Formats: sequence, structure tokens, C-alpha cells
Amino acid sequence: MFSGRAFGLLFFPFLCGALQAQSRLDSVQHLQGVEIVADRYREVIPSQRLSGAALEALNSFSVADAVRYFSGVQMKDYGGIGGLKTVDIRSMGTNHMGVFYDGIQLGNAQNGQIDLGKFSLDNIEEISLYNGQKSEIFQSAKDFGSAGTIYLRTQRPRFAGGKKTNLKAFFRTGSFDLVNPSVLWEQKLSGNIGASFNAEYIYSSGKYKFRYRKVFENGTTAWDTTAVRQNGDIHALRLEGGLNGFLEQGKWNLKTYYYDSERGIPGAIVNNVWKRSQRQWDRNFFAQGSFQKQLFSHDDLLVNLKYAEDRMRYLNPDTTLMYIDNTFRQQEVYVSAADKYSILPQWDVSLSTDYQWNTLDASLQDFVYPERNTLLAALATAFEWKRVKGQASLLGTFVYENIERGGKSGKPDNKKEYTPAVFFSYQPFSRHPFNLRAFYKRIFRMPTFNDLYYTDIGNISLRPEYTVQYNLGFQYRKEFSHAFLRNMNLRADAYYNEVTDKIIAVPKGNGQYRWMMMNIGYVEIRGIDVSGQFEYLLPYGIILQTSLNYTYQKAQDFTDPTDNKPQSGTYSGQIAYIPWHNGSAIARAIYKSWDMNYSFIYVGERYHNSSNIRENYEQPWYTHDLTLGKTFACNKVKWKLSAEVNNMLNQQYDVVLNYPMPGRNYKLIVKVEL
Amino acid sequence: MKHSTAIIPLLLLLCLGTSCRDDTEIFIPEEERLSDAEDTSIRGFYLLNEGNMGSNKSTLDYYDYETGTYSRNIFGFANPSVPKELGDVGNDIQIYGSKLYAVINCSNKVEVMDAMTAKRLGQIDIPNCRYIRFHEGYAYVTSYAGPVELNPNYEQLGYVAKVDTASFQVLARCLVGFQPDELEIAGNKIYVANSGGYMFPNYESTVSVIDISTFTETKRIDVARNLHRLRADRHGNLWVTSRGDYYDQPSRLYRVDLSTETVADSLDIAVSNFCLDGDSLYLYSVAWSYITMSNEITYGIVDVAKNKVVTRNFITDGTEQSIKIPYGITVHPLTKDIYVTDAKNYVSPGTLYCFDKDGRQKWNVRTGDIPAHFVFVK
Repeated sequence: MFSGRAFGLLFFPFLCGALQAQSRLDSVQHLQGVEIVADRYREVIPSQRLSGAALEALNSFSVADAVRYFSGVQMKDYGGIGGLKTVDIRSMGTNHMGVFYDGIQLGNAQNGQIDLGKFSLDNIEEISLYNGQKSEIFQSAKDFGSAGTIYLRTQRPRFAGGKKTNLKAFFRTGSFDLVNPSVLWEQKLSGNIGASFNAEYIYSSGKYKFRYRKVFENGTTAWDTTAVRQNGDIHALRLEGGLNGFLEQGKWNLKTYYYDSERGIPGAIVNNVWKRSQRQWDRNFFAQGSFQKQLFSHDDLLVNLKYAEDRMRYLNPDTTLMYIDNTFRQQEVYVSAADKYSILPQWDVSLSTDYQWNTLDASLQDFVYPERNTLLAALATAFEWKRVKGQASLLGTFVYENIERGGKSGKPDNKKEYTPAVFFSYQPFSRHPFNLRAFYKRIFRMPTFNDLYYTDIGNISLRPEYTVQYNLGFQYRKEFSHAFLRNMNLRADAYYNEVTDKIIAVPKGNGQYRWMMMNIGYVEIRGIDVSGQFEYLLPYGIILQTSLNYTYQKAQDFTDPTDNKPQSGTYSGQIAYIPWHNGSAIARAIYKSWDMNYSFIYVGERYHNSSNIRENYEQPWYTHDLTLGKTFACNKVKWKLSAEVNNMLNQQYDVVLNYPMPGRNYKLIVKVEL
Repeated sequence: MKHSTAIIPLLLLLCLGTSCRDDTEIFIPEEERLSDAEDTSIRGFYLLNEGNMGSNKSTLDYYDYETGTYSRNIFGFANPSVPKELGDVGNDIQIYGSKLYAVINCSNKVEVMDAMTAKRLGQIDIPNCRYIRFHEGYAYVTSYAGPVELNPNYEQLGYVAKVDTASFQVLARCLVGFQPDELEIAGNKIYVANSGGYMFPNYESTVSVIDISTFTETKRIDVARNLHRLRADRHGNLWVTSRGDYYDQPSRLYRVDLSTETVADSLDIAVSNFCLDGDSLYLYSVAWSYITMSNEITYGIVDVAKNKVVTRNFITDGTEQSIKIPYGITVHPLTKDIYVTDAKNYVSPGTLYCFDKDGRQKWNVRTGDIPAHFVFVK
């Protein structure tokens, strides 16, 4: 358990300084900064958020790149534009992160991983990250169902003045032979209905130089080798279409998404092997719709629908290894209805019920063709009483599966889980925009189809993997009308998480290629997230926006009490790839039509195994990125030219052992709007 | 607005960059004194750690009987100019003459070193190489990666490579079955255990017999599914292990009579790995039980002269409880000390246990990841 006293001491001076410095109370919070924190209706704990021009100015290619700037987030990045990028929040593991696209969760029943590298920032208007769950009770039951959640919101059509058509086009090019055109077309169909269509194509050879090097104790070079990353190419096409409409006291939207890609899997760089030949094809399609309306006074209804189909083919054509050509096809049908009723103006209750159907077909020997039916029901309440806001929810999850084994159908055990969450915030001083907040949440992730049924490795008797989170923190935000510092937003949270029944691969029988998934892991995580956003008004009308994030995490593996030798034992060691310290800084300066953005990411020393010995040590890494942009208008056409330099100091680093990351690289972006 | 507050973010920015990258240094071997000196004609042994696939963490450890000292991770220090060190997944280690040969499976090479110093002499490039044995100046190496034909129904056979130990050149290849593992040389013949490990569920079940003088496959001996290891004893028998199919057919030990080249007998004992010393075949087995959902482990000795199991637990002091996944085994030819490695969870450092001839633990020491293969230095 963490020591409350220690945390109090740590933050006390920081907090006092902030309070003393405050000059007067602002009733309206309007932070134009990198993070915009809008005072949403009854939002108990606001999200971390990146949106609009600040998001565009950030040197990011995909959603994954942008998410790295949030505190508490660790990204696993296998390198390059096509490389797998997954996100882990507060060290609980990728599978505990829910990712929602325009309000509906992106699923992957097969392996539970959402590759955020596949989601372009091209049409994303806002990314927000919530620890625990979104501070909202009027939402689907699935919104209650993850330990942490990322919401991606695509751009909604807006028509200024009498405009009926918006056209926007991007072209990006630069290092890695990148060719990336995209176009967004928005059409006003009637006063209340807007349509949008977005197409994007990405090609990159994925080639970049990387360097590995070791030195003697005296600093002279022992070996030093430079090579070009191979088989990291990607071709991807993304098409999206949407309709958005407004009703009296309501709104609706329909969306279709199609993504088709072929990519090389560059693989680990090991002695004598500098090139691999494995390939992967992905084809993802989904169609979804959402409808929201106030039915009666005090009563609102939200309905979500989705159908998704995901196909994946993996090919290993390398004749020196086992030839593999596997195809996988997943399908999902999802229906959700949520109803909110206001008992009192300050007190709401809601009930959400979801149904989801998933299947997986695979061209694997002895495959069992699993089918999963999931029913979720969430009962939630939110209240506001004086300066206290609270929210509590209880989620019931009921899972029924069917499998086929040797022509016969089987029924694995049904699963019933009930999980609560409680969120509170309290503003102790009515005149100070200072809020204390706390939450508790217990939630689980289902074993994936791979965990349960992957031929030979899967374990049908797996139980869900649970997380418990305790969080305590504060937020202070303030706007100054006539000052050098225009506004600020400070937040700090201390947390304690447990991951129990963690699903991990254990050796099975003899030979290192034989594994079995088991519920044996146990991890305790103690951490602190601190972030601050500040906006300054400098001379000559220069606006400077800064954002700083810092995370400390002690994430200990308590799985195996017998492996307890000091240092070398895995027991109580820091878990793989979680740094004790990491942080980011963003500084954006806006001067007339010029826009400059500097961003810095720091990931401290880590180990790639919970045995924290020198052989498993991973060096800290940090990158400095710079973007310069200029907008100008020419005959009603708005242009923006931007140039990016990423990893300016050309640092040679691995995020994942033996997966080298790119050194210094460049990008040019042209944006046209009419 | 006081300036003190405005400065906080700038201070924080400075704080962030405090811990910086260093150059990565070559590892200096870590030494541990484990025992008193043992003065026999055997100077020490090398232990090859496999390292998990893709980790490039195959490492070499050395135990020196003359000082009783264990040196961990010696390759990088002995060969500081080799990029990316020893490589990915060490699968076999042997000494022939004055040279040490380490078969590095996923680095597609056999690393050749000086047997005394572990200094690199060169490498033999063989894709997906598995095991190595020697005969009259030549090394014979099994490989899964046979030639490719443009035939849609063609499945890739494995082969045995014949290598000149002076020039490190592959001189000839002899095709055998699918995914050949261990090989043994007896008389003028090479016996190869074909596994068919990539062909699941259609495993191989034969031992290939290669005539050394013509270097051609002359015969297949039908034994059992998914063969792994084989060892010839001094009574004209070849002891062959089958991994089984992991479902219906369990792992088992077979005796092939070399005079008739047919299976003469089989013993009802599962075998994952073994070591033959005189007439004693020391073995362990790890078999996954779907009933208990755990690994069932046996440490046995088979008397190859009497064709029978002498014991099913040669560890007598109860310390076998601390071994999670036995992975390597060898026996000191003179003192009869037994060495067993524990690969634990395959991604963390393993442990090497030393037992005396009566099966009592003498010492244990941390190794690299997946400690597996031994060779004694005379």
C-alpha cells in the first residue's frame, strides 16, 4: 500500500505555491492550450485530452505517436510506420486498454490488441484518455468495461456561414520514402444533416538506417555496426464515410470504415540475421450507428449498433523456417441501449445493456472456431451536491461461448462477473478552482480467443484477468486575464493498482517453443502522474503553450515467490519494459500565421524482464521533435505548409529489445482547405 | 501573478532530462566461487544458454574445476569485436580437437571458437541448424532447411551438412527426413532422429541411416512419432527418444539394435533429455498433464546393459522441488557429479544445479536465459 503521508509531503509545497500565486477566481475556464479541459456536465475526473490545432501541430503520424504525450501511458513500438504500436496504461497491460472510435469500442477478440499505429491522425479531431472510465453515466455498458480508455473522435462536419461544401486535402512525404495523400470532403445535405467522406493512402518503404554499438570500459569502440531496416514496407488504404444529423433534443450518426493494408514484419535484429521476410495483410471493415434523443423530459436514450469484420493473413515464406500461411477472420455484432433518467436536477441514474457476438475462423490445425456471446448490463448513478460530485457504477458481464472440436460442439464454462467503480471529486474552497478527486475501480479483461483456444497454446480453463485501481489526486486550473501567464492547469494523481490472475505464458513440457497460457501472474503497481499545462502571452503577441507530463511507476512482479534472489530474482522486480521515470514536454509557439511545435519524450531506464540484471537492462531514450508551420490564404484557398524534424539528436534506441527505432527523420506536409 | 509559479514548468522541463543514456559496455564476465578446486583431467565445462527466440541472448558460461569458479556470460568479453555477440538460440555445443563449436539455431550459424579461450575462429553458415557431431576431421550438422523446389506439394526435407573443420566450408549435404534433430555416429554410419516438428500432426517417425563413406541415406528405421535424441551405447544399441504427439502418444525411450537396425525394445519412461555415462543413462522428463494442468517431472536412470529403469528420482535430498523446468543434463565422467539446469519461465535467468553422485545438491548458480547444453573441457 502506498503511504498517503509521503505523497502529501511530496505535493504540499507544490500545491501551496500554486494556491498562493492565484490572484482571482475565474468563473469561465477556457484553456486554448495543448490540453483543453472543458467543464463538461458533471465530469467527475476530467480526461487528458489532445485536440484541434494542437494535435495537428504535434509531430505525430498515428494516434499511437500522440498518445505517448499522455501521462501514465507506456507505448510498445516495434519501429517504423508499419510497426506494431500498442499502448499500456499505468502498467496494467495492453489488453486492459479500451479504445473507442466515435463512441463505439474497437474490438479484437482474437488477441485483444488494438494497433494504434493503424489509426491515422488525419481525420481525428480529439483524443482523450481516461483512467478508470469516462466520467459520464449516459453511455454504453462497454464504456464501463476497461481499466483505462482512449476515445478517438473523428472530425464532425461543420459548415461556416453559408458554405455547403468543405474540402480538405493533405499530402505528406519525407523519410522512409513516405507517400501519404489524403482527402476529406464534407457536404451539407440539409439544415440538420452533414455527410463526410475521407480517403487516405499510405506507402512507405520502411527503410531507415540504424546503428548498434558497444564500447569497452574505457569508452573505446568494441563494435559498431550500421545497417538499413528491411522488410518494414507498408501499403495501406483507408476509406471512411459518415452521416451526421441533428434532431430536436437529439442527434444521430452513421459511419463506415474500411482499411486494407499489406506490410512487411521487420522482425528482431539478431546476430547474423539482418533481414526477415514475414508479411501480414489486414482488411478491416466496420459499419456503426449511434442515435441519441431525449424521449421525455428527464429521460434520455442512447442506442449504438455495430458490425465489424476483420481479416488477417500472416505469411512466413522463409524456407529456412517453418512455412506458415494462416488466415484469420473475426466478426462482431454489437447492439447497445442506454437510458438515463434524472431523478432530481442534481441526481441521475442510468441503465445500459449491451449484447455482443464474436466469432473467429482460422486456418489452423485442430482449430475450435469459437463463438462468444457477451451480455453486459451497467447500472450507474451520478450526483452533485454542493461542491461534491460523485459517480458509482456496477457492471455485470455474462459470457457464453461455443466451440467446435472434431465436428462436435462444446460449451466452455459460462462466466459471470460483477465489477464496481466509484468516482468522487470535491472542491474544498468555493472560491478556488481546486479539486480533489479519488476513484476505485475493479474490472477484468476476458481471456482472448488466442489465450483460450489457440491450437496447442490456448487454455480453455482460463479465468478473467482482474485489475483493481485506487486513485487519489487533485486538479487546479486557473486563468489570468492580464498576465504573462495566461492560464494554467495542474494535476497530480497517486495510484495503486493490482493485476491478479494475470494471464501469462508458462513453459509446457519440454522445448522452448511449447507454452501454455495460465492465470498465475500477480503485479502491484504504485505510481504518480503529474502534469501541467501553461499558456503564456509573450511580447509581440506570441502565444506560448506548454504541456509537461511526468510519471513515476513502481510496477512489481510478485508472481513467483520462490524466484527471490536479490536483484536477479523476478520476485518483486520491476516488470518488463516499464520505466521508473518517464515524461514528456510540449512547447508550441504561435506567432501570426506561424506555428512552431517542439516536443520531447523521455523514457527512463527499464529492464526487459522482471529479473532486473544487467543483461536485461534497457537504456533510457529520449527524442526531440520540431515542427514549423505557416498558413496562408490565396484566392479563398487556405494553405498550410509544415516541415518536421523528428529525433533531432539522431538517437539510436530500441523501445523493444532488438527492434531498432528510426534515427533523425523528416517530413513535409502540405494542407489545402477550401 | 508571481514569477515563481511561471518558472515551475521550466524547472520541471530541466528535471526531466536528468538520467541520460550511456554507451553500452561489453559485459565483463561475472565470477562466482562455488566449490573447492577439483583436480582431475577435466578442466571445466562450458554451458550454452539458449536465450528465448528473438532475444539474441544466447550466452556462454564456463565452470573452471581448477578454481571452482563459475564465469557467467564470457563470449562478449572474449570476443569484443563481434557485433550482436553469440546470437539467437544456442542449440548445441561440442568440442572437437582444439575447437569449440556452438550451434546457434536462429542465427543460422555454427560459431567456431578456441576450446581453451572461447575466442572466435570463424563461423559455418547453415540455416536453421540444430545439432553437431564429428568424425575423422569432418563435422556433421543437422538442419531443418533443405533445398526448395518449385512444386506446390513439395515439403521441405532436412539435411545433414558435412563440414570441413579446417576451412569451415560445407562440403556436401545429405537429405534426410523432415526436421532432423540429434544425430549420432556409430560404426561408419550417421543416425539421424527425424522429428517432423513442422508437420504437426503428421510427425516423422524414423531414424535416417547415412553411410559416411558415400554420404548418402541408405535406410530409414521406423521407431515412433516425433523423434528427438539418440545415443549409441557400448553394447551395440542406439537409444532413441520420442517426444510423442503431446496428446495420445506420450514420450518414450526406444532401443534400436544396431546389428539389425530395428527397434528391439522400448521402456515405459518419458524422456526429454539424457546423458549417457558408461552404462547409466541419466535422464529427466517434463510432460504436461492436461489433468493437473502442470508439468510432471521425472529424474531417472536407465541401466543400458540390463535394459531397465534403475530409479525414477536420482535427486535424493528433495531439492528437485525447486527446479521448475529441467532443461539440460550432464554427468561428470570421473566424479559422476550430476548437473541439471532449470530454465524456469524461459525468459528469466536460469539456474544450474550440481548434485553429487548420490543425488545430493552441492551447489547452484544463476546462469543465462534457458541454460541447456554442456560440454566438458579436457
